Amino acid sequence: MRVQRCKGTRDLSPEEMVRFRLIEGVFRECCLNWGYREVKTPTIEYLHLFTSAGTLTPSMLGKVYSFLDWDGWSGERVVLRPDGTIPIARLYIDTAGKKDLSRLFYVTNTFIFEETGRKTRERWQCGTELIGVGSPRADAELISLALEVLKKLKLDGVKLRLSHAGLIKALLVKLGLSPEEQSQIFDQILDGNGEALARIKSEKPELENIIFPLLSLKGKSSGFLKNLKALSARSLPEMGPCLDNLIDIVDILEALGDKYQIDIASGAGFEYYTGVIFQLFIGKEKIGGGGRYDALIPAMGGGNVPASGFALYIDRLMNSVKPEILAGSPAQRILVTAEAEVLKEAFDTAGRLRAAGYVVEISLGDRAPAGLRWTLDIRNRAPCFVLRDKVKSAKVEARSVGEVIAFLEDESARKDSLA
Amino acid sequence: MPVKIALPKGRLLDRTAALLRLAEWGLDGYHEEARFYHIRSRKFPTLTARVFHEKDIPIQVAVGNYDLGICGLDWVEELLAKYSSSALVKIKGLGYAPGSLYVVTGRLEEITTVAEIKDKKGVIRIASEYPNLAESFALKNRLGRFSVFPVWGGAEVYPPENAELALIRGQTEAEFASHNLVPVSKVLDFGAFLIANRHSWESKSLAKVVASICDSCHKLPPDEEISSTKEETVSKVSTQYPEATDGAVRLALPDGHQQTPVLQLLDRAGIKIDDYPSETGNRRPVIGLDGVVVKVIRPQDMPWQVANGNCDLAVTGEDWLREHLYQFPSSPVKELLKLEFGKVRIVAVVSQALPVADVYGLRQFGAARSEPVRVASEYVNIADKFARENHLGHYRVVPTWGATEAFLPEDADLLIENTQTGKTIAEHNLKIIDTLFESTGCLIGGKSIDFSTGKGKKIEAIIETLRSAVEGT
Repeated sequence: MRVQRCKGTRDLSPEEMVRFRLIEGVFRECCLNWGYREVKTPTIEYLHLFTSAGTLTPSMLGKVYSFLDWDGWSGERVVLRPDGTIPIARLYIDTAGKKDLSRLFYVTNTFIFEETGRKTRERWQCGTELIGVGSPRADAELISLALEVLKKLKLDGVKLRLSHAGLIKALLVKLGLSPEEQSQIFDQILDGNGEALARIKSEKPELENIIFPLLSLKGKSSGFLKNLKALSARSLPEMGPCLDNLIDIVDILEALGDKYQIDIASGAGFEYYTGVIFQLFIGKEKIGGGGRYDALIPAMGGGNVPASGFALYIDRLMNSVKPEILAGSPAQRILVTAEAEVLKEAFDTAGRLRAAGYVVEISLGDRAPAGLRWTLDIRNRAPCFVLRDKVKSAKVEARSVGEVIAFLEDESARKDSLA
Repeated sequence: MPVKIALPKGRLLDRTAALLRLAEWGLDGYHEEARFYHIRSRKFPTLTARVFHEKDIPIQVAVGNYDLGICGLDWVEELLAKYSSSALVKIKGLGYAPGSLYVVTGRLEEITTVAEIKDKKGVIRIASEYPNLAESFALKNRLGRFSVFPVWGGAEVYPPENAELALIRGQTEAEFASHNLVPVSKVLDFGAFLIANRHSWESKSLAKVVASICDSCHKLPPDEEISSTKEETVSKVSTQYPEATDGAVRLALPDGHQQTPVLQLLDRAGIKIDDYPSETGNRRPVIGLDGVVVKVIRPQDMPWQVANGNCDLAVTGEDWLREHLYQFPSSPVKELLKLEFGKVRIVAVVSQALPVADVYGLRQFGAARSEPVRVASEYVNIADKFARENHLGHYRVVPTWGATEAFLPEDADLLIENTQTGKTIAEHNLKIIDTLFESTGCLIGGKSIDFSTGKGKKIEAIIETLRSAVEGT
């Protein structure tokens, strides 16, 4: 009987892990350079961390992996982390004390059930959270950091799309809906369900002329927002503060030369957003996003602490990165073969070669690994070291490891000069 | 092409049998007294019918063991609430056995709306036989912190002291009022429903069978007489909440067939109890012991209730205590006294036709085939542990709600069952290949009872009184 991989999960092959680590490496390096510090949270959390009002939408919560733990007789369920941000907020509340500012980042997996099993149910993301400041400058920092990571990954055609949760909410209030209806429609917009808006349109014809155009407007400059503000100042003054906030953010982005598109009705799937929402696309594929979530930490009992953050989706970025562009030339690989009586010498030699920067495998029998250029045979009689070059079908004899290393370095230098 | 249909026992049996008589199916042995679960139809010679607990039917149809099934829509929605991609097609409501599911709260809670529930501080506990629907109610209504207690029955007796809410079946206001409950939200209206497996529906010719059911269902006389008599009985129930004194010992007694031996035991111990077993469904009988309040719940649910401190003492079976402890090894519940009634053996059972004589043979049987070994049981955790410890390799535990014999041989390979004499097992052409353990009625309590307090002394006195009664037999 063949044992199969669990439906909806994926393996990461050695080739895929190269891409994975590359993304993770670039992300970590950028975050560390910007003063962010890495954290890891547990895979299992209490379900109620995520069910508390104002966190995940009911549609997402209906798909989490929750179960009773071995001591779950109280009915308290635990869950495989369905989201990266909420556990970080919990960690901040648990540990941060009265620190006014925390720059944190993480690389983690999240688990969400996906019915067909064709998409993966375990997803990887890398994200940052900037906790303790609520200024437009903080939002602009996060957007710039996200864009820097993508730039360093040499990804083409990255598009930044901006919206504002406060703006969407202000518009929904204006529609005269009950609080329940507002949060339902907000959830649906965030879940990417554009029909929610179409339905409002038909039900509220008198407001249709004002609100629907606003929700469907798209623009590419702060001028657009300023005009929008002028247009709505009389009919929708509640939108003023949110528009000012968004204008401040895009003013900074414009000064930094970052391109963006404003699309008010674009969804982002997380109910905890209160301010700017930004999403990153390559073509039609969303590769990351984030936003401001000032109400989350207060709702979790952590006091009045503003915060914002973003996450990049590693699984999706892996399809786009080109490791050959990014990584330097890989280390040379050498296979060491030896008879039983010189095994100790073989291990010593391999150790010295590794110290000199080579990747060395010790032969374990007939099955030679593929793709190796160099084989070094170690013997208990002269010549003690025989180095074979598969590419040139050549053979070099040496008396010491030092001679072997010297030869390999010469060869490498010759190649570099040819290049 | 043969067609397989799963038919309900219990609540829906009479009306479903009447429907199929109208449809002239010519079923032999589909009635309350029937002892066997495999039935054929004279009208449709290629059709095989099998009788299940209603709750098992949507699962059996969804996994493709049956093409068609008749059961309450409530159990269909319970399955879909958690597994929305189940391969089920809801074909037609059959117009009988109506009911509704309500979220209710205890009258003492002074809560009448969902908004008020949300404003309540602390954990909202919801007791229900429908844990999936209860969870989706909680998520949809954005209850912040909630715990769902999956119970086997009697959920109506949990509010107000052991749960803030219960999700239960109900029909009339009077019914709720008699249990001192207040409906907060209606979750679902349901009735008997015809369902099909999606794949069968797309690939098999079910038209004649389905048409004969659908054409006959409107000829069924209405349910009215049944529900009006029911209303009369419920109005007699007069549930009083126990006085909430801190020092009271809370004792849980079982409903169902263990009531008679429990009553005999109490009698021998010289303890009087009124209205137990109750003809009116009263779950809070009055016991002749000072400072002791009684609640009647399912034996299966008792270890959970003791573990959570909802009751101090409970009369259940050792089988259900083990089932609980296998699921929650560190649960603070233990056996205080063997009550020496309702003795059963928990056994591993296979079909007579299977060339397997013992556990070792079972392991070889499992290893030799490519499909998983299907283990059907009411005792999910006992069955799981048995399969694990006997290295059954690739296996699946199929949870059932009774009539487990019906699963062999087509829908399961192995049962973990209880038996008194082994007679039923032999009658169904099955054989016992292993005895896991023997189980008797028992008194359970918390691991850390402090016998030096007033309440602890009361508990000790009850244990000793019962011990004398047991030893006197």
